[in-house]
Amino acid sequence: MDFLQLIVSGLANGCVYGLIALGFVLIYKATEAVNFAQGDFMMLGAFVCIGFTNHEYLGLNFWLAVPLSILVMGVFGYLFNWGILRHMFGQSQTSIVILTIAMGFIIRFFAGSIWSHEPTSLETPYAGQDIRAGGVVLGVDEVMIVVVTAVLTLLFYLFFSRSRTGLAMQAASQNQLAAYYMGIPVKRIHSLVWGLSGMVAAVAGILFASKGAIDPSTGLLGIKAFAAAAIGGFGSLPGALLGGLIIGLVEPLASRYGPPGISQIAPYAILLLVLIFRPGGIFSQTQRKKV
Amino acid sequence: MRFVFKTSYDADIQLFKHRAQAVWYALLLLLVLATPLYFFVIGDAYLLGEITGVLILAIAGMGLMLLTGHTGLPSLGHATFMALGCYLNINLLGAGVPWLIAFPLSGLIAGVLGTMIALPVLRLHGVYLALATLAMSMLTSDFVVIAEPWTGGIAGAAVPDINIFGAEINRYANPYKFYYVVLFVAILLVWFYRNLLRTPTGRSFTAIRDSEISARAMGINLTRTKAMSFFLSATAAGLAGALFGHSAGYVTNETFDLVMSITLLLMIVIGGLGFIHGAFFGAIVVGIIPVAIANGRSFLATTFDVNINVPGLESALFAFILVCFILFEPMGLYGRWLKIRTYFELFPFYRKDMFKRQKSYLKTDRVQ
Repeated sequence: MDFLQLIVSGLANGCVYGLIALGFVLIYKATEAVNFAQGDFMMLGAFVCIGFTNHEYLGLNFWLAVPLSILVMGVFGYLFNWGILRHMFGQSQTSIVILTIAMGFIIRFFAGSIWSHEPTSLETPYAGQDIRAGGVVLGVDEVMIVVVTAVLTLLFYLFFSRSRTGLAMQAASQNQLAAYYMGIPVKRIHSLVWGLSGMVAAVAGILFASKGAIDPSTGLLGIKAFAAAAIGGFGSLPGALLGGLIIGLVEPLASRYGPPGISQIAPYAILLLVLIFRPGGIFSQTQRKKV
Repeated sequence: MRFVFKTSYDADIQLFKHRAQAVWYALLLLLVLATPLYFFVIGDAYLLGEITGVLILAIAGMGLMLLTGHTGLPSLGHATFMALGCYLNINLLGAGVPWLIAFPLSGLIAGVLGTMIALPVLRLHGVYLALATLAMSMLTSDFVVIAEPWTGGIAGAAVPDINIFGAEINRYANPYKFYYVVLFVAILLVWFYRNLLRTPTGRSFTAIRDSEISARAMGINLTRTKAMSFFLSATAAGLAGALFGHSAGYVTNETFDLVMSITLLLMIVIGGLGFIHGAFFGAIVVGIIPVAIANGRSFLATTFDVNINVPGLESALFAFILVCFILFEPMGLYGRWLKIRTYFELFPFYRKDMFKRQKSYLKTDRVQ
């Protein structure tokens, strides 16, 4: 039973990693840029929802606050691209990497100034409740995370493979110039993708903060999500999720059964190993440039 | 307006473009050599210590500049190489190796180890390399704890004093000597760096940065050249790390953390990617910001009775400056200076887009 509970909490953590990774992958798939501030987006989303919900701030109804904060983060993502990243259009990937890292610092600072640096947790109506099924006790918050993640993944899969906008996003990522020629408004598509990934980040943040406390430096969790995205190959939505689950499961299992200290190292070691032995990830999509 | 007439092929790769330039650099050398005199006269060496810190940062920055600015490989893990250099230096000194041997040796070993770590990830490019080095940087602190017999782990390790032929040099006991040691290393590295850039190796670095495909078509061995760049870069970072250890006096597992790696990267971008000057300008900015914030804080407190004490203000301000630079002056401080200088040199013929870079449209290398 102990083992099963470990697995469930690992899965729940893994889903959060997977959702952050989903945010990376969305942006990477459409704009070929990696958002190193995605973890901070997640943190900001959580704090926005805390600001709406918790009684010491606005004290709104939880079910009203959730769509509201998702919307706020979507607008934030859109404006982030419109105001800052659009001006980087056509510049090297390295400068985008550095820019998003810097923006992460700034977001962390503002979140800390507005909502304090103390760990805060989100007040949810289902906090502390659990489901008992055949001797296994599952927290509603953890089940919620798994269900929401599964639904979101399905939605995104359909969005990218079926909808017009989703296809346009794929086209814009494959070849910007050709996409322009086909009449795709590449710049607006980019902003939309950033908005979308802001929304995913908000969902991840809300789920994370409903399970445990969050503070501004939680944004560094994004680095573990990189491991998740890299395992999945950076271009694959289900891959990102699977990577998240692997990382999420490895952590509690390693700390339970492995030598001390290994659980901290494990996610990064996995990231390095994947990059060394299978640079394209499990769902490899890259091919080497050859002359 | 100055016209430089090139009368030989060597004129293209001379260290100084014309005599006036050589004179200016000679004056700069005199200035940095004479700086301690001023502090000696006023009898307060505190600021000199800060300047020494800036020089050490600049050495590490030069290492990263070679990799990121000249070879085009972003690294978020240079603090790892600094840690390698620092701990190697401590252990070699502890084993009784004289400083004059231990110091360069620790840099070289850090370079070799760095290359060994980096070789598998060299096949990666752009974002993936940044990720791999990021993971490396996150692991550094844990490995320092694991390797406790050599590093002192969480408790930390004291760094022995520099000893050159019996002359004990300690940052606090004799800051002037320490300044000259650091300055000597910095000048030596600049000289080496400047010369490297005009050799075939140095030029192949730049070729790789500008286009891997065309560099390959020109017959450059990508893996070997990248590994070479990594080696030199990690060596410089290792030397900087060793000096940093001497300057800090005491290092723990949290000294060389991710923030330091990121600071180095941000530093060279602010200074100007692809210019040796950039490493120094960036280091000066990084050195000035904390002092400026502290001064601004006390100014506000004394004049307006406003107390600002926000945690994280320093890094946020730094990040803000960086964002402004990337958006409005991607060539950094040195690029700005180049533009101003060109404006006056060509007056009134300077045009707005003289330094404009060609935009490239992204094409994915994923198979769809």
